[in-house]
Amino acid sequence: MQNKTMANINELKRMASQVRRDIIRQTAGAQSGHPGGSLGCTDFLVALYFHIMDHDPSFNMEGKGEDLFFLSNGHISPVWYSILARSGYFPVSELSTFRALNSRLQGHPATHEGLPGIRVASGSLGQGISVAIGAALAKRLNQDDKLVFCLTGDGELQEGQIWEAAMFAPHYKLDNLILTVDWNGQQIDGPNEEVMSLGDLPAKWKAFGWEVMIMENGNDMDTVVRTLEQAKTKAGHGRPICILMKTEMGYGVDFMQGTHQWHGKATNEEQTADALSQLEETLGDY
Amino acid sequence: MLDQIKDTGKKSTRDGFGAGVLELGRKNPEVVALCADLVGSLKIQGFIDEYPDRFFQTGIAEANMMGIAAGLAAAGKIPYTSTFANFSTGRVYDQIRQSIAYSHKNVKVCASHAGLTLGEDGATHQILEDLGMMKMLPGFTVINPCDYNQTKAATIAIAEHDGPVYLRFGRPGWPNFTPEDQKFEIGKALHLSEGSDVSIFATGHMVWRAVEAARELEKGGISVDLINIHTIKPIDEEAILTSVKKTGCAVSAEEHQRNGGLGDSIAQVLIRNHPAPQEYVAVNDSFGESGKATELLDKYGLGVADIVAAAKAAIKRK
Repeated sequence: MQNKTMANINELKRMASQVRRDIIRQTAGAQSGHPGGSLGCTDFLVALYFHIMDHDPSFNMEGKGEDLFFLSNGHISPVWYSILARSGYFPVSELSTFRALNSRLQGHPATHEGLPGIRVASGSLGQGISVAIGAALAKRLNQDDKLVFCLTGDGELQEGQIWEAAMFAPHYKLDNLILTVDWNGQQIDGPNEEVMSLGDLPAKWKAFGWEVMIMENGNDMDTVVRTLEQAKTKAGHGRPICILMKTEMGYGVDFMQGTHQWHGKATNEEQTADALSQLEETLGDY
Repeated sequence: MLDQIKDTGKKSTRDGFGAGVLELGRKNPEVVALCADLVGSLKIQGFIDEYPDRFFQTGIAEANMMGIAAGLAAAGKIPYTSTFANFSTGRVYDQIRQSIAYSHKNVKVCASHAGLTLGEDGATHQILEDLGMMKMLPGFTVINPCDYNQTKAATIAIAEHDGPVYLRFGRPGWPNFTPEDQKFEIGKALHLSEGSDVSIFATGHMVWRAVEAARELEKGGISVDLINIHTIKPIDEEAILTSVKKTGCAVSAEEHQRNGGLGDSIAQVLIRNHPAPQEYVAVNDSFGESGKATELLDKYGLGVADIVAAAKAAIKRK
């Protein structure tokens, strides 16, 4: 079991810098993929896998006795692949196969090729919370007191299935479930508010019966760690937990930051060099 | 052999499902059930009474139900989802495709009120496209049992199969004629009678109608090789080929669209191995309507007389 391998915030920040390099290099290498949301969620996933969750990189599908994570917004696979590889689920060198023929690192995460660390495919949006609920129910049946984490995008909240799941979890008092929404305000066609406004998100989740937390800066490692630790203390109190995490799409690379333009586009050679020059190679590139 | 087939009384296939899931629940603690506000229709109150903690009511939210089932399966449970066939397939096709089929999750999608025999509720609920949709999903097993006993046996047997299954059954009371103690083997067609002039392959409720048609044909001196295809996928190629090599022609009978159902699966087997004349008894590119189950089958070309006529047409084309 691997947990709290990095208790130190500086260590987590160094990992985040390396993960961001991995994201740029994977998407540049494949000349496709989704760097924007990946960069924005890097700090969250680093904190989750290297500080918050008890998890076992030798990987057992059923995950009994471990905390589990489900990624609903599967298009940010580059950040998850980097985190899984650097946690020890599979060799870091495999990141070079991202989106290539015969790779286990499919464009969107899949179990089909047997990539360790992934329990269900995602990519078609809106399905992850339901799956996480299923895993959380199984933990309850098994009297397993570990937690289930799930990440969704914010644009993804436009899917109807999300609100079916939002209704279900409080009805079943599923208090071993911690959902995080990547609230970066952007989606492929532009800002959420222009494409399809999400309205008062905190009020909506509260009204559905969730314990709502707002993470004001999901790109500040101290804030991320503190909020997630707090969320864990709220587990077991009769309600599912929803963290609305404000991030910036493209965080860490100045020309990619705060715009939807890099949602699903890879950097060219020059842009890649520029991006990598802004991200310190802390742990060695793959 | 036809003489030995006896209707022991009408019972619905959905009642067979309810009885099966209860018996299975007692045997296998990993089995859990889900339902989207149709507990009474799916006949699973018995399971709920004995195992309230292993049942999850999702409300009218089928997409969520499929996702939850995938999550339960990822964590090692064997979830049985239950709702009408219409809401078990087309309504949630993408959820099933990504979270269950592509992710190879051990979910049993159990679907009642399939086809025209749903009756009075009409075409909104009478799905006739589900077998086609579900058999196209890679790795999915598709089963359409013919009566109460077979549905009960299938419900229990599919728990032993590691992988996603679509189990289709229906609403009306229907002749119960297969053995109570049958062992259900996925993918293994059942020979109901030996004959030499025409092969009739039937599935679901149409098996009983095929029995009646075979009796009529035999009276007229036509010898029928009658086969119950309860598993649409994987299809029993050997049973189909052995029969058609003997008779030289085939009839398929199903409560489904002609496009994409059992008939097409049989045609594929024949085309690749042993081309032979084949006639379809199926709904021909049409929606159903309100009415009684048997009236609807007759109106939409699924009558006993339609099977008889199809058999004669197939023989003529030899």
